[in-house]
Amino acid sequence: MNQNIIQISHLSKTYKDGTVALEDINLNITDGEIIALLGPNGAGKTTLISAICGITNISSGKVTVGGHDVVENYKKTRALIGLVPQEIALQPFEKVIDVVRYSRNLFGCANDDAHIEKILRRLLLWDKKDKRIVELSGGMKRRVIIAKALSHEPKILFLDEPTAGVDVDLRFDMWALIKKLREDGTTIILTTHYIEEAEEIADRISIIDKGKIQLTEQKAELMQRLGKKVINIKLDQEIDIKLFSDEHNLSQGSDKSSIIIHYSDAKKDDSLDRLLIKIKKEKYKILNIETDEKSLEEIFLDIVGK
Amino acid sequence: MNFYAIKAIYVFEMSRTLRTLIQSIASPVISTVLYFIVFGSAIGSRMEDISDVSYGSFIVPGLILLTVCLQSISNASFSIYFPKFIGSINELLSAPVSYLELVIGFISAAVTKSMTIGLIILITASFLVDIEIKHPIWMVCILFLSCVSFSLMGFIVGIWARSFEQITIIPDLIITPLVFLGGSFYSISLLPDFWQKVTLFNPVVYLISGFRWAFFGNADVYIGYSILAILVFTFTCMLIIWRIFKTGYRIKS
Repeated sequence: MNQNIIQISHLSKTYKDGTVALEDINLNITDGEIIALLGPNGAGKTTLISAICGITNISSGKVTVGGHDVVENYKKTRALIGLVPQEIALQPFEKVIDVVRYSRNLFGCANDDAHIEKILRRLLLWDKKDKRIVELSGGMKRRVIIAKALSHEPKILFLDEPTAGVDVDLRFDMWALIKKLREDGTTIILTTHYIEEAEEIADRISIIDKGKIQLTEQKAELMQRLGKKVINIKLDQEIDIKLFSDEHNLSQGSDKSSIIIHYSDAKKDDSLDRLLIKIKKEKYKILNIETDEKSLEEIFLDIVGK
Repeated sequence: MNFYAIKAIYVFEMSRTLRTLIQSIASPVISTVLYFIVFGSAIGSRMEDISDVSYGSFIVPGLILLTVCLQSISNASFSIYFPKFIGSINELLSAPVSYLELVIGFISAAVTKSMTIGLIILITASFLVDIEIKHPIWMVCILFLSCVSFSLMGFIVGIWARSFEQITIIPDLIITPLVFLGGSFYSISLLPDFWQKVTLFNPVVYLISGFRWAFFGNADVYIGYSILAILVFTFTCMLIIWRIFKTGYRIKS
């Protein structure tokens, strides 16, 4: 079983003006997983990442990375981390290859041109290596900040809204890259506004709102537990809904010949089975069955109460 | 010690200087040469010698220090303010780099630039006026310490500043008047007694006097006081920077 590479215990952050950004955060992140931090704007996602990476001071609590305290042993913890910030902050007049090399050196690593080339090729930046940052498009700049974060071969990668404002192609490229990095053993912590992004690539979901973690769960379990399904059974004739009145969460479709059932995987009963038997018993023929699953986005909105 | 990081910061800063060579080096050198032509050659030829030193030669140490001090502040303040302005300071804060390593990287680059400018001005001046350096090692030491102390001060200004305008406030409104009134172009012994005493509260007086002593062997104030003043100033700046990083003042929320 993989061990926890990041352990956050009772972490709180209160700014000087009294704003509570994080309140008693407890979260363990397992080595090699992809965890998505979801939350509305101002929920505390970026503050949490900043506290782990050393960009913001911790008010109370403890964070360890790779078993080392992020305050006392900050050199060891930071060397393990690569950070892709939300804002694109690059020296505009430097060349792509120079800013990536700079990041590698900053993290205490000697020059390794083969590694830099591998990263730049992987991010489709190799042919832009001698371009100045100011000459690049927004999407390319975002690739550069990812290259910088990967330059020192981090074991943990924080991606703070990595696909914000990028086109669909780049987003798919990013997802493929993230999956590849996970295959290589990198632990990935992702914050995103695009819930389908978390749905697509995360192993675990943590929902943060108002500086508190509301829920942390394996994505599959979360979807199964809270993800409700809607089943639409189309029959061959208009139905008498009263015949099915003893079945819960059931209604008649607008065309009068459909039965709509709200069904949850978590509800382990035989109601669906009983319904199908009853349809047959009443001599209806089933023409079609459609299912619609509740998305992670809807689950998320239910939890944060929007 | 993260030597790779120190070197990376140093090289990064120096490459910025080389990219903007005219702005970084040629511009201060040209403006100083103009001072020499106007005050040293044109007006200076009509001035009396001061302590047996021709006026043209007399102003050399003051002019070098004027430029070096302003350039040190400007280089160091910009080097830390710009990452703050564009947000790339977060990369520095999240890297395994101690505050000491950060300061060494930035300050050594700023000092290299200022020292280079100072030495270029000295070489240029040697073509225009007669210069004899009586204590060359002390001259280099005082120049180096001046570059370090004012670069540290510039670093503080860069962290304190919240706009590009604020970066220029300290050098323009405080340092330039202090250097001009600190005896760059005259010996403070030429001032009336009262103003001589007032001038002694200007810390730059000790700097210029010490630097001039290294050139000509005589000074307005005792050389020991000058060295002490430079060291106190340097350590005070170091202390402030240590405090800034400890509290995260204006760099870390």
